Amino acid sequence: MAERVRVRSMAPPGHVRAPFYLRGKEGEIERALGEFGNPEELAYHHDASRKPLYRVRFTMRELWGEAAERPEDTLDAEIYGHWLERL
Amino acid sequence: MPHDHHDHDHDHLSPSGHPFRADNDTALTYWQRMEIAVRELLVEKGILTPGEIAAQIDAMDARSPADGAAVVARAWVDPAFKARLLADASEASREMGFDIGALRLIAVENTSEVHNLIVCTLCSCYPRNLLGLPPDWYKTRAYRSRAVIEPRAVLREFGVTLPDSVTVRVHDSTADMRYIVLPARPEGTEGMSEAELAALVTRDSMIGTGLPRLP
Repeated sequence: MAERVRVRSMAPPGHVRAPFYLRGKEGEIERALGEFGNPEELAYHHDASRKPLYRVRFTMRELWGEAAERPEDTLDAEIYGHWLERL
Repeated sequence: MPHDHHDHDHDHLSPSGHPFRADNDTALTYWQRMEIAVRELLVEKGILTPGEIAAQIDAMDARSPADGAAVVARAWVDPAFKARLLADASEASREMGFDIGALRLIAVENTSEVHNLIVCTLCSCYPRNLLGLPPDWYKTRAYRSRAVIEPRAVLREFGVTLPDSVTVRVHDSTADMRYIVLPARPEGTEGMSEAELAALVTRDSMIGTGLPRLP
């Protein structure tokens, strides 16, 4: 069973790389990518902490509801661990 | 003399029949000034020479979709290479001799059941170190927003109509990875050489907005 996660519905100020259209949406971990410098710190030339990065797969139904072209199609995005909560 | 009628130039066509292009003598933007200031400081402090900067621009301009096409063709003819490509596309590209720098590349495979499409909704992330500069449309808000909302409509506009039996997987390059589509090898290409196969691989087929040429 793939691990289910939800993208946190946060709206912090500054540079973030979790797109708005995915916040609050549920998906599953497609693969773990390892740890990367946190772009929220790198963007301001801070010494960045290392954060785990995941590819998360969402169904188009989850993103757009029944208005989706084909609800079973999917969207994968890279989301940092501190933006995810496990379900 | 055209220059005697300076105010009216924009109404007229050049001798070749095209509108005159406005000179770029408007004020520099904040970021243009910043780029010039940083570049001149780097030169002044002896960290880079103008020649090195020009050479780096040349190196980026020399990269082209042909590099990616060579990788795809190798994967079509060599199953072991294809397995390495799908496991770690950066290492597989380096193995073929491409200098891709720090690029972290993931290859996603098109099959009879799955069609992959690449987008960067946040900006314009693209595997430049392998494929060269992205097409202008890749950076437009129209492509970036529509590719995730209605990928099938976008694909139809690119001439790719997929049956409902094929699952579309859109990949949004939101962070540190870059993506290349490994298109399915066209039928009727048995017996073609690796170089002949590479000539079938278009830039768009590696973004997912196109399919390889047919032989």
